[in-house]
Amino acid sequence: MMIELLLTKYNYWVCIVLMMIGLYAMMAKDNLIKKVIGLNIFQSAVLLFFISMSKIEGGTAPILMLNQQALYDNPLPQVLMLTAIVVGVSVTAVALAIIMLIYKAYGTVEENLILEMNKRNE
Amino acid sequence: MNKELPILIIVVPLLAAVLTPLLGKLRRELSWWAALLTTSACFVFSVLILQDVLREGKITYWLGGWRPPLGIEYVIDYLNAFVLVIVAFMAFIGAVYARSSVEQEIDGHRTPFFYAVYLLFITGLMGIVVTGDIFNIYVFLEITSIAGYALIAMGRRREALVASFNYLIVGTIGATLFLLGIGYLYLVTGTLNIADLALRLEGIYHTRAVATAFVLITVGLGIKIALFPMHAWLPNSYAFAPSVISAVMAATATKVGAYALIRIMFSVYNPEFLTAGAYNINYILLAFSGVAILAGSILAIAQKDIKKMLAYSSVGQVGYIVLGVSLMSLTGIVGSLMHILNHALMKGSLFLVVGAVVYRTGITSIEGFKGMGKKMPVSMAAFTIGALSMIGVPLTVGFVSKWYLAVASIETGMWFFVPVILVSSLLTAVYFWRVIDNIYFKPAEGDEAGRGRGHGVYGDAPGAPGVKAADAPPWMLAPTVAVALLCLVFGVYASFPVDVAEKAAGILLGEWGGLHVNN
Repeated sequence: MMIELLLTKYNYWVCIVLMMIGLYAMMAKDNLIKKVIGLNIFQSAVLLFFISMSKIEGGTAPILMLNQQALYDNPLPQVLMLTAIVVGVSVTAVALAIIMLIYKAYGTVEENLILEMNKRNE
Repeated sequence: MNKELPILIIVVPLLAAVLTPLLGKLRRELSWWAALLTTSACFVFSVLILQDVLREGKITYWLGGWRPPLGIEYVIDYLNAFVLVIVAFMAFIGAVYARSSVEQEIDGHRTPFFYAVYLLFITGLMGIVVTGDIFNIYVFLEITSIAGYALIAMGRRREALVASFNYLIVGTIGATLFLLGIGYLYLVTGTLNIADLALRLEGIYHTRAVATAFVLITVGLGIKIALFPMHAWLPNSYAFAPSVISAVMAATATKVGAYALIRIMFSVYNPEFLTAGAYNINYILLAFSGVAILAGSILAIAQKDIKKMLAYSSVGQVGYIVLGVSLMSLTGIVGSLMHILNHALMKGSLFLVVGAVVYRTGITSIEGFKGMGKKMPVSMAAFTIGALSMIGVPLTVGFVSKWYLAVASIETGMWFFVPVILVSSLLTAVYFWRVIDNIYFKPAEGDEAGRGRGHGVYGDAPGAPGVKAADAPPWMLAPTVAVALLCLVFGVYASFPVDVAEKAAGILLGEWGGLHVNN
C-alpha cells in the first residue's frame, strides 16, 4: 500500500520533498541569497505540481492536429504556470534588488549580522 | 460606458502605472498629477459601480467576450462594491496626501517610480476585489504584494529594506500556499470560476482534497491579512514604510485580503462545510481570532514606537474582522464588513496623522508626541477622533462594528467573545491613552527649557530644528481631516453602509441563513 503510493504517485512526492527543501532553506539559512534560492525551489515545487497534474498518460502536446484523433494533455494548468513563472521571476527580481540595497546599506547579506546591527541601533 | 466599468477600474490604473514614469521624465510634478487623476478616476468608477450594484444587484463583465466558466469573468455584487469603494477612496486619499509627504521622504528622481508602483499596488487591490476567477485573485494578489514590497523598501531608514525582505519571503510563501490550494481545487473540479467552483464542490465536500485546499488557501490568506500567529511581517513593514504607504497599506491591503477570505469561505465553499463538516473550521477560526484580538492589543501596549503600536493594533483589528466572519451569522458578517470600512478609516486617519508628525518633526516615538496638541492642533484632533473610534466610543464608527460583533456573539451563543471584545477595547484605551496623555497633558521638551509658552511657538520658521510650530501642510491636512470626519459621519449615519453590508451578508449566507437560525 505504502510502496504503491510511493511508486504511482511519485510526482506528488517530488513536489512535497522540493517544497520542504525550499521551506528549510528559507527558514534555516542566514544568507539572504540562499533564502531567495529556497523561495524559488518552493515555488518550483508548486509549478511542477500543476504541470504534472495536467499530464495524461499517452497524451501529446495540446496542438490541434487536423487529420488524426489524438489524446491531448490539459493545456490550462500549463498556461496558468506560465503566469506563475512570471510572478516568480518578478518576486525574485524584487528580492535580489532589495538584497543589493541591503548590501549597500549594511555591507553584508548575512541575516544574523544584519539583525545584530539593527538591534544595536535601537 | 457603464457596462465597461469593471474592466476600466483595472485597466486605467494599470496603463497609468506605465505612463507615470514617462510623464515624470518630462516634469517631476506631472507624475503626482497622473497618480492623483488616476486614483480619483478609480474612485469615481467605484462609486458608479456601487450605484449600478445598488440598482441591479449584480454586474458581470466577460473579459474578451468569452463566456465563463471558460473565460475570465468579473463579478461585482454588494460585497465587492462595498470593499471596492473603500479601497478606491483610501487610494485617492493616499494620492492627495503623498504630494508633500513623498516629496520629503523619497529622493526626487525616484518619485515618478514611486507613483508608478503605487498605482500598480492599487491595481492589484482592485483586481482582487472585482474578479470572479480564483486564479485571477492569485495573480492580482501577487501584483499588489510585489508592488507592496517595493513600496516598503522605499522607506527612509535601512531597516525598511530588511522589513521589506522579510515580508517578501513570508508573503511569497503565503501566496504560493494559496496557489497550491487553487491547484487542489482545480484538480478535483476542473474549473477556476468562483461561481462554477461553488456548484461543482457541492457533492464532494467530504473529500480530503477539498478540505486540504481550504486549509492551504486560508493559511495563505491568513499570512496576507496578518492573522495573529502569522503576523510577524507586519509591524516592521508598517513601521519603516514611507508614511503614506503605512496609511494606505493599513487601510486597504489587509482589508482586501479579508475580502478574499470571505469570498473563499462563503462563495467558493459554503457555510455548511465550515460549520457542519468534520473539521469544525469555524471554531478553529474563532479561536484564532480571539487570540489575535487580545494578543494584538497586548503587544501594542508594549511598543515605544507609535507606528509599531498602530501596526500591532492592526493585528488585533484583523482578529475582529475574522471573528465576525467566523461567527457564521448575518449580524456577524455585517459586523465584519463594517469593521473593514471602519478600520480603513480609523487606522487610515491615525497613520496619516503620524505621517504628518514625521513630516514636521521626524519623530515616531510615543514620547515625542509631548506637547503636540499645541503644535499641531488640527492633526491631533484627527488623531483623537481616530483613537476614540479605535476604542469604540459611541458616535464613532468603531462603536458600530463592535456593537454588531458583540450582538452577533450573543446571538450565536458565543457569549464569551463579548468579554474578549470588552477587554480588548479596554486595552486599546490603555495604549491610546498614553499617546493622548502625551499630546495634550504633557509639555513639549522644548517648553520647559525657557521657551515661552504663549508666544513664539507658532512663529517659528518651518525647517528650524527642535520645536516646530505649524500644523501639517494643507495637502496632508485636508485628507487627514476628511478621513477623521468620515469616522464621525459613519458613526452617526451608519445606516447606509450597514444597509449595503446587510445585503452583502444576505447574499453570502444565501438560503443557509446563518447559525442562529439553526440553534
